[in-house]
Amino acid sequence: MYDVKLASILTLGEAIQEFVHDGATMALEGFTHLIPSAAGHEIIRQGRRNLTIIRMTPDLIYDQLIGAGCVSKLIFSWGGNPGVGSLHRLRDAVENDWPRPLELEENAHAGMAAAYAAGASNLPFGILRGYLGSDLPKYNQRIKFIECPFTGERLAAVPAIRPDVTIIHAQKADRKGNVLIWGVVGVQKEAVLAAQRSIVTVEEIVDKLDSPPNAVVLPSWVVSAVCEVKGGAFPSYAQGYYARNNAFYKSWDAISRERESFQAWIERYILGTKDFSEFRQSVGGAAANA
Amino acid sequence: MPDQNGYSADEMMTIAAARKLRNGAVCFVGIGLPSAAANVARLTHAPDVVLIYESGPIATKPSVLPLSIGDGELSETAETVVSIPEMFSYWLQGGRIDVGFLGAAQIDRFANINTTVIGNYRKPKTRLPGAGGAPEIAASSKEVLITLRHNKRAFVQKLDFVTSGGYFNGGNSRELMGLPGRGPTAVITDLGILTPDIQTKELTLTSLHPGVSIQQVIEATGWPLRIAPDVGTTPPPSETELQVLRDLNARTARAHAGQA
Repeated sequence: MYDVKLASILTLGEAIQEFVHDGATMALEGFTHLIPSAAGHEIIRQGRRNLTIIRMTPDLIYDQLIGAGCVSKLIFSWGGNPGVGSLHRLRDAVENDWPRPLELEENAHAGMAAAYAAGASNLPFGILRGYLGSDLPKYNQRIKFIECPFTGERLAAVPAIRPDVTIIHAQKADRKGNVLIWGVVGVQKEAVLAAQRSIVTVEEIVDKLDSPPNAVVLPSWVVSAVCEVKGGAFPSYAQGYYARNNAFYKSWDAISRERESFQAWIERYILGTKDFSEFRQSVGGAAANA
Repeated sequence: MPDQNGYSADEMMTIAAARKLRNGAVCFVGIGLPSAAANVARLTHAPDVVLIYESGPIATKPSVLPLSIGDGELSETAETVVSIPEMFSYWLQGGRIDVGFLGAAQIDRFANINTTVIGNYRKPKTRLPGAGGAPEIAASSKEVLITLRHNKRAFVQKLDFVTSGGYFNGGNSRELMGLPGRGPTAVITDLGILTPDIQTKELTLTSLHPGVSIQQVIEATGWPLRIAPDVGTTPPPSETELQVLRDLNARTARAHAGQA
């Protein structure tokens, strides 16, 4: 007998409670589009600790998780505030061990893409024509080189990424929990398929997805939980729903620059709100309308 | 700000970099200065250039410059949008890219670049964003263009970290390392243009922007800079080039304003 297990439709608070535990290895993916901001906030609210967080392009939510003391290790390939500058909380952790030491496992995008694809394929490692002459393999011992058994070419090998839990944000799901995602889809499909468990927050849950046959759809039975969180990618964007709030990204530079202003922001807007909807109301302006 | 020439050093840099991109080339575009230059090229002499951003958009025609590498504007104006694993596997490693257009925080005399860290890796003075797509763009694109502002903090004797390879130790060291593409063909700065020597691969000053002296470039470079015997002068921006760049920047500033 086979028994397909469909995704549970949960609140985000319930999903984080059930699937994200202290010490977990976790990927919150999104390549500037559809960043699962609401889920990042909820992890801070619930006070998770000693997380290993994985993401190709850690941005504001990883800066928040690191600054809030949730993280012991970061696996990444580009960490910045896109178009603005540094992630000050990431830098403070790396440069000054504040609020705690942060271990880095650093890669290039091509390597992480290959590692996620290997994870989704249940292969032990991914290969790429990469890292040739770069100093990265000197500092990340998990990047190795192998000889192609057919041509003798020297290729890089990277261990598969297998998160305990992957969290992404998508445009919509149907009531069974099938998920539809479009636009810049990044590495989200691979990150979900590589993980033991996955949570997908969506802009809306609808009766029918009405998706074309080749659309990026994650079937309900590969997803653990679906949570409806309107505006859940703010300040990033959800194509077809709302635009990227570039002004918020710029304002994050000042908020995060000093420890005191960062902590005050976390106290007021994350710990001081009960969920993402209340966060959006309290931040006001564009967030409330996203 | 425009100087007495009627244009700024940054405008000259962007326009000089744009001119290096041939019409019809397939270009993998880095965010920031390369993105500005590539779009000025598309809006002036290179209407058929194919612009690809690592976030997935292929043949994108943004009307404003993206703030991030994955802005909605890029996918809305693209012919198709592919996933990240597909972008790096089929399109970049697959050998479909003619020109990789990169920026850098530091560069050395053999056009190796650093975007990772200033100072010691374990105890950095400044932690930079990191590699992103650059090492493989620099390796697999058929050629590479690099654009950055010219000063001694950027043009250094020795990189603190080699993120992406240019010509390594010069000569044939890039070939021996097995990188598929031919490497950087020009470095365009706000002072002039440097190109690699055919034999040694050492960056050589081959063009000065109008009003810039050789001495200025030497003083802004952290190694004893080679000067081409027949160093030329970069033609100043045309009225059209300046207008296109300024209109693009004005549209971009309007689009990126708005409330937090």
